[in-house]
Amino acid sequence: MTPNNKTFKNELRLSGSGGQGLITAGIILAKAAVIDRLNVTQTQSYGPESRGGASRADVIISNTDFYYPEATNFDILLTLTQEACDKYVVNLKSNGILIADNTQVKSIPLVEAKVYEYPFTDIAIKKLGTALPTNIMSLGFLVKITNIVSEKSLKEAVKNSVKSQYVDLNMKALRLGFKLAEDNMKNKEKK
Amino acid sequence: MSKKKTSKMVLMQGNEAIARGALAAGLNFFAGYPITPSTEIAEILSVELPKNNGSFIQMEDEIASISAIIGASLAGAKTMTATSGPGFSLMQEGIGFAKMTETPCVVVNVMRGGPSTGLPTKPSQADIMQSRWGSHGDNPAIVLYPNSVLESYELAIRAINLAEKYRTCVVLLSDEVLGHMREAITLPDLSKVKIVQRIKPNVPPEWYKHYPDKQKYRTPVASYGEGYRFHVTGLAHDSYGYPTNKSSEVGVMMERLKKKITHHVDDLIQLESFMMEDAKIALFSAGIISRAAKEAVVLARRHGIKVGLLRPLTIWPFPEEAIRKYFANIKTIIVPELNQGQLILQLKRSLQDISDHRHRNIIPMQKNNGLLINPEEIFKKIKEVR
Repeated sequence: MTPNNKTFKNELRLSGSGGQGLITAGIILAKAAVIDRLNVTQTQSYGPESRGGASRADVIISNTDFYYPEATNFDILLTLTQEACDKYVVNLKSNGILIADNTQVKSIPLVEAKVYEYPFTDIAIKKLGTALPTNIMSLGFLVKITNIVSEKSLKEAVKNSVKSQYVDLNMKALRLGFKLAEDNMKNKEKK
Repeated sequence: MSKKKTSKMVLMQGNEAIARGALAAGLNFFAGYPITPSTEIAEILSVELPKNNGSFIQMEDEIASISAIIGASLAGAKTMTATSGPGFSLMQEGIGFAKMTETPCVVVNVMRGGPSTGLPTKPSQADIMQSRWGSHGDNPAIVLYPNSVLESYELAIRAINLAEKYRTCVVLLSDEVLGHMREAITLPDLSKVKIVQRIKPNVPPEWYKHYPDKQKYRTPVASYGEGYRFHVTGLAHDSYGYPTNKSSEVGVMMERLKKKITHHVDDLIQLESFMMEDAKIALFSAGIISRAAKEAVVLARRHGIKVGLLRPLTIWPFPEEAIRKYFANIKTIIVPELNQGQLILQLKRSLQDISDHRHRNIIPMQKNNGLLINPEEIFKKIKEVR
């Protein structure tokens, strides 16, 4: 790290319900950060059930040392359910980013943070025939919008993390996420 | 936390680090009954041990698991089991047996909320006292508690080494957050890590004593199947291992069990002190909560408040002498912990006979609802008490 490089610490929370693959998404994001040679911790919270119940993964990515491993004030909040959105949005920084899957998040809270809403689950079902890779699609969107890790590292992390028979499906989902973000940015330029 | 960003960095989970650390220390037998939040340790070892000429066995419960690792250790293996609070309770009898029979083994307890089955997927630090006093009778205790993934790896190696060196059951504590969290770490160079092996006897079998009759702690020890004959019982025993009621023999045995810990405190104690040099207020915290405490120290310093942190990596034996030295001139100590007051109790005991102790303010900070204490909460407390 050169002295004139600015230090940063990004706190992310990926939230929804058990079975949506948010902890997997958190692990993949953390792996991408390692490939980018950044400091990272990934923690999680879930209930005793294997599906349903509130679930979340926290990822903290920084180019400097930090100690507490859970995200407390989020720079980026991804929510796939209304319950998670309502519960965690209070700790989203005012200059943060909220990414909501409006398949389930029907009422977006009024926040100062920048809001992106897309029906990620519906898009996955429509374009990929299954809701399973919604986590990866929304992660792709998140990374393209925020640049917290490099796209190349994220791709590598996805490839290394999912079972071989699901690599194609997840890479498609990832590209779809990138594309949604690109279109979003282009639309903004037009406006 | 890894400081150097190198290409050898890997993302590893706390539980995986314990499994891999134990393997690095030569673990070759694991018996267990998987339980959240320790399951990954058994899961990983069930794959890795057979690949490395070791054995993994899933037992019918925790009582059987601790018994199996004691048996395997008597046969010469380096052994470990992993559990959480409910299983740790069940293992207490076996832990006492391992200590009484001086059989090396390691019990990992990844703490979750209790009592009873409590909160399987939430952290706690409520087995600090059970790890010391859970088994009946006066018994020696070595208990380690890391606060990072890298340290989980390092202390797993240390736990196996200390068990072999001191011929006892060593407890390695973790907690749900530490066990499940992933961090970018660089594994240490194993060629530089010291691994303790048992010393083998070189006397003829008929001269062999399984237990020393003097105040020695590290003596040659035979394994079953090596041609040496010895008796193993949980009853008070003589140096050949046979039951005895003779007060002279029992006294020697009990004193030796105690002194092998109390005479080697310097070898056993590990402490981290962070910004204690000019501190006016100290935080005393272990395991995952010490991560919040350390962040709170940084926060407070940024606001010009002189705060430091003292963190025991060895919980038992309690680092009493070191604590007395560090806290000699500190009037305010905050003790954040995830229980109803266990570390604070021992801290107060350790400081009570210092002459001006009654002017000291030792402040509890406790939580037991399944959530962590976060840095901002600790910082708020610091501002309240300064």
